[in-house]
Amino acid sequence: MSKETVIEVSGLCNRFGRNSVHENLDLELYRGEILGVVGGSGTGKSVLLRSIVGLIRPKEGEVRLFGRNLLALPVAERSKLEQRLGVLFQGGALFSSLTVRENVALPLIEHAKLARRDAEELAEVKLALAGLAPHAGDLYPASLSGGMVKRAALARALALDPDVLFLDEPTAGLDPIGAADFDQLLLTLRNALGLTVFMVTHDLDSLWTACDRIAVLSQKRVLVADTPENVADYDDNWIQNYFNGPRGRAAYRAVQGN
Amino acid sequence: MEAAEPNIRREKTRTVLSGQWTLAHHRLLKQLLVRETPPEGGVVLGEISALDTAGATQLANWLGIERLERVLVEEEGLQPERKALLQTLLKALKREAPPKVESVSPVIEFLTLLGQQTEQLARHFWQLSGFVGLVLQSMFAILLRPSRWRVTALVNQIHQTGLNAVPIVALLTFLVGAVVAFLGATVLGEFGAEIYTVNLVAYSFLREFGVLLAAILLAGRTASAFTAQIGSMKANEELDALRTLGLNPVELLVIPRVLALLITLPLLTFVAVMSGLTGGALVALVSLDIPLGQYLGILADVPLKHYLVGLVKAPIFAFVVAVIGCMEGFRVSGSAESVGRHTTSSVVQSIFMVILLDAIAALFFMEMGW
Repeated sequence: MSKETVIEVSGLCNRFGRNSVHENLDLELYRGEILGVVGGSGTGKSVLLRSIVGLIRPKEGEVRLFGRNLLALPVAERSKLEQRLGVLFQGGALFSSLTVRENVALPLIEHAKLARRDAEELAEVKLALAGLAPHAGDLYPASLSGGMVKRAALARALALDPDVLFLDEPTAGLDPIGAADFDQLLLTLRNALGLTVFMVTHDLDSLWTACDRIAVLSQKRVLVADTPENVADYDDNWIQNYFNGPRGRAAYRAVQGN
Repeated sequence: MEAAEPNIRREKTRTVLSGQWTLAHHRLLKQLLVRETPPEGGVVLGEISALDTAGATQLANWLGIERLERVLVEEEGLQPERKALLQTLLKALKREAPPKVESVSPVIEFLTLLGQQTEQLARHFWQLSGFVGLVLQSMFAILLRPSRWRVTALVNQIHQTGLNAVPIVALLTFLVGAVVAFLGATVLGEFGAEIYTVNLVAYSFLREFGVLLAAILLAGRTASAFTAQIGSMKANEELDALRTLGLNPVELLVIPRVLALLITLPLLTFVAVMSGLTGGALVALVSLDIPLGQYLGILADVPLKHYLVGLVKAPIFAFVVAVIGCMEGFRVSGSAESVGRHTTSSVVQSIFMVILLDAIAALFFMEMGW
């Protein structure tokens, strides 16, 4: 399989005041793969995601999306490039003044220039794909449960059928059945649309089921980025505790059983 | 990447779909699918060069869900991942359609709205009086037990709502004082009674403007802050956290704020009166040639009761502003948008209540001859 690089992070440094989060971080994301990003609390997983999508300007280093530096582009081109990205934020980040359906329809109306009726019809399909009940489209985000917020946010991230999908702890707060459905949905979409996925997660089941590669953030850089099996065998104390602790082993056995 | 437009080609026994069935071609696809009737014979999907969920949805709507299902079973040239996408989509589409909302006549709708609003208003006043009762009850309960006084919180609130508000209150009332003096000079000058400008400024500020302006500024500056502070805590479930820790949010958050305003508004009223009189004095000195000594002499003849009539309203206004600000904070539900809505509502309500009470008080004092 030829590896086409979609995202290339090189020499990334992020510092907040005196606190340094990333030093010389390198990472590559290839087309069509699902990359799981793991790391202890405070290792800057979300910060890495935010620097890749251009929300944080790194102190040093460069992030190239489809071979181009997002932060150096003129506004119009940057917007065009951003439309190829879909982001699912940790807290959902749904617009609280819009209904769930309008949340999903917004990018379709603004960017794909669809008529409102078409956009809402398509939004309804995306909501169904994400596994939301039919009446949920009319609700406002404030009245959704945590799991429903996740699904609605996923539907919005998928609205424009993006090339690259960024997920920040997508299965946190979902029940195990919902989380398993989510993994399957992710795999289906990836296979059918050639989606590239960057997923920050702590869900060991997700890591084993869905991810092609896992990148471990530790010591302010990517310690290792490889297939789940190779990462689990990597000789590092934290990684061994993570993957071969009781929960890690249980998740691995579950995948082997299938 | 070539942008092959979506196309439908009819052959003898079958219909071949090709091109890119994607979001980018949404409009073209829509036109195409309106023109073409769904075919009777076999359908070939294998030549479609790109397919995303938007295109797949249009395909499913055109062919119909059951038809597409049959096509998927028969079709052999279709890539397995496309098949999976279409099957996932079909599964999603097969859920029951969202229930249609029945249309209601505008008259009924208007009456419903009117009824809802009226009920809401009544409920709101009911809540407000309940909240006032709750605050008074907890206040008296705490007053008797000095160990439960929260002096630090109280001092902090006094600092924020009182001391920090002094510059803006002083500046604003100074300007209004000057404006009133100009007004007096213009109107009274026609009767050759410029000297009564001093009385005009003195009476208006001592009785009304001092306390009214201070209270309105406090309503805008502090009631909104109270609502936003307590409201964002409510939205963040912090109030629930307090309750589960066995702490009383009213005692912890509301009482210090109410007490702080009860203390600061009389003080701010004093600042406002002094600053208004200074503004008047400046105008009197500069444009009416009334020397400061004479100005002060006239002020000294104004009976004290006018100042007291103004000052006695301060604690009432303070209580109303603080209670409305805090209550709106408690009424916030969930979202950040709700915090904004209730903040606006608290400012509008507290200014409305302050002016309403002031009007009632003016009527009362006039009837009493005070």
